[in-house]
Amino acid sequence: MVGRATILHADLDAFYASVEQLLDPALRCRPIAVGGSADGGVVLAASYEAKAHGVRGGMSGWQAKRLCPTLRFVRGHFAEYQRLADGVMAVLHDVTPEVQRISIDEAFLDLSGSTHLFGEPRVIAALLRRRVREELGLPISVGIARTKHLAKIASQVAKPDGLVVVEPDEERRFLDPLPVSLVWGVGPVTEQRLADWGIRTIGDLARTPAPEVERLLGHAVGTRLNALARNDDPRRVVTPDRARSVSAQSAFGRRSPAPDLVREVLSHLADRVASRLRAKNRAGRTVTVTVRFSGMRSVTRSVTLSAPIATTLTLTELAEQLTWQALDGRDRADAEISLLAVSVSNLSHQHAVQLELPIPPEDPHRPGSTQGAARWALDRSVDAVCRRFGRRAVGYLPAAMPRTASVPDEFRELAEHEL
Amino acid sequence: MTVKFRVERDTLADAVTWVARALPNRPPVPVLAGLLIEADDNGTLHLSGFDYEVSAKVEVNAEVSDPGTALVSGRLLAEICRSLPGKPVDVVTDGTKVALTCGASRFTLLTMPVDEYPTLPAMPENTGMVAGDVLTEAVGQVTVAASRDETLPILTGVRLEIEGDTLTLMATDRYRLAMRTLTWRPSSPGASSIALVRARTLAEVAKALGSADEVSLALSTGGATELIGFTANGRRTTSLLVDGDYPKVRALFPESLLTHAVVETQSLIEAVRRVALVAERNTPVRLTFTDGLITLEAGQGEDAQASEAVESSLVGDELSIAFNPQYLLDGLGALSLPFTRLSFTQATKPAVITGQASADAEDDDDTYRYLIMPVRLAG
Repeated sequence: MVGRATILHADLDAFYASVEQLLDPALRCRPIAVGGSADGGVVLAASYEAKAHGVRGGMSGWQAKRLCPTLRFVRGHFAEYQRLADGVMAVLHDVTPEVQRISIDEAFLDLSGSTHLFGEPRVIAALLRRRVREELGLPISVGIARTKHLAKIASQVAKPDGLVVVEPDEERRFLDPLPVSLVWGVGPVTEQRLADWGIRTIGDLARTPAPEVERLLGHAVGTRLNALARNDDPRRVVTPDRARSVSAQSAFGRRSPAPDLVREVLSHLADRVASRLRAKNRAGRTVTVTVRFSGMRSVTRSVTLSAPIATTLTLTELAEQLTWQALDGRDRADAEISLLAVSVSNLSHQHAVQLELPIPPEDPHRPGSTQGAARWALDRSVDAVCRRFGRRAVGYLPAAMPRTASVPDEFRELAEHEL
Repeated sequence: MTVKFRVERDTLADAVTWVARALPNRPPVPVLAGLLIEADDNGTLHLSGFDYEVSAKVEVNAEVSDPGTALVSGRLLAEICRSLPGKPVDVVTDGTKVALTCGASRFTLLTMPVDEYPTLPAMPENTGMVAGDVLTEAVGQVTVAASRDETLPILTGVRLEIEGDTLTLMATDRYRLAMRTLTWRPSSPGASSIALVRARTLAEVAKALGSADEVSLALSTGGATELIGFTANGRRTTSLLVDGDYPKVRALFPESLLTHAVVETQSLIEAVRRVALVAERNTPVRLTFTDGLITLEAGQGEDAQASEAVESSLVGDELSIAFNPQYLLDGLGALSLPFTRLSFTQATKPAVITGQASADAEDDDDTYRYLIMPVRLAG
């Protein structure tokens, strides 16, 4: 399908802020910031009204307040973000199973198999945008193009609440005048370095010979950016069925890694990862935990098991062990962490569990052991209840009922990644 | 000091091949790659190999002109012997070399220092005798269930329990448990001991010695080194026992089995094999037992599927249960009787496979029992 524009990128607009405005009508059409306060803290997201004043996610609260004196600070409603974003994903799944969710609020779709059912990609996009607006009350921007990279740029250009379709014969005309900062992987530093060489637009970058870009930015980055600027992006939409790993991560400002906090966050992440694995009848043998410290340095620890797992409690326990390994040897009082991620890879199909005879040493982490099988059966029951009564109907205690004292919602941000 | 003897090609090849199997693949010390040749003045050739855990020693007849001892690379000697023509083999040592002549072929091998070769463990005192064919069958029946996972060495072993004239062998890998009892001739009527032997070693022993009428079993436990030894037909092998407490597995057999089905063993084996063709790795076959019929199914959803029905009789309630097809075939293949009895309590509890002589026999044969854990399905 190289010749047609069938890759769709859907991205909810100012997602957290939009949800807050949806939940509290008094906030609509007003500049608001989720997280932070006028005295400090970090702004996690800003409404379009606030963005118009220059307020951005990641900014400190007092800085935002200075830019926009009428700014209202609100606490986040984490569970609502999850519920509504999952609802949006369900709408996207109605037009194709080829959905690759790349974070809580954005996804790629491959529409090449859907056009004969629902019409042209442009028609499908309009349908999706209307349904998300009507059924969930949220604005969503959509970009459609021949490649993932271009579709994502198109959706950024479409914001707020718009639709941009880039037909194959319009690609260069569309891309060339756009700023290089829209290319995936161009951050402020790279942007400045390119600007120093007079490369300001995507067109400039595409016209610069690859070896020159490589000299400027290093081999790997240079090759990749040059290819993206020329819209050379062979990546396909990868659905969880074909995915090689499933992961979830949670960022929470800077926190000291108290056992309660670590357990609660990991329990939540493990539940997300494990339940998505089970929904696809998958299980994985390798568990990986990433801990990011406040200085942006990350440590990764992983373990490979003898049998694949998809059990929430087992994944939680393993993730906890790995996290403490990653934290081990550090001065705990000193080491603040800003992000935890849990990933399961080495995936295989698991429609059934080979039970084991009760022979010591009993290990609840082996899915067929007496305890392991009980956990497996419990998860299946929990999944069934959640399918019928909703995700919040039943769950594991630390994940389902977070002690807000340890993790205020406003510090939580969840990004998901399935690749 | 030279050593000189002549031996028949087939005799030498058989003996060397067997001893070479005991040699380590990666010798911890170089001399253990060697095969020790001792020629005595009674016209007997002793060949031995050792890897600190298992020793093998064989005696064959030879025309010994000059008795003595030599140590040569066992692998090389085994390969040479296998490819020699069918003629007498002459072996002569000459300083640090061994010359081997057979017909028009002539080989020269380097010797290794005999005095650095460790002493083979002494054979413990005979504990009893068991018929070769019975031993071979029993070992085959239990080693299928032994674990191959070296991270838990205990389960890679076969547990032997001696109680008077009853010898019991059992093995489990957690997914199934095989247990065979047989009658043997203990050297003392009150014999009572236990041993844990590596399944792989036991299988090798059965292959090498099982053709003998009787195999002598020798056990030394409680001493400094715990050893088991087997002797038959001029061949003897010893092995260290596996360390550790074997789990109490006898109690895992259910006390009362409410439901059982009887089916012709061969028909069931063939049906499982056919249906399992569509079962991908780690996916089960489902067996549904109704009166007069076992329905087998494998595959699900959008994958390939297969089903087949086999005639059978059922006592008790109808039941549906799923197994790993290989584990099921291992158990069925180990039966020595034409009919199979499958006994159950429920679909998530272990099932017992036994043999029986005829379709309507009152009792099954409880000298061999294979306990198999089912697979629990998601649906």
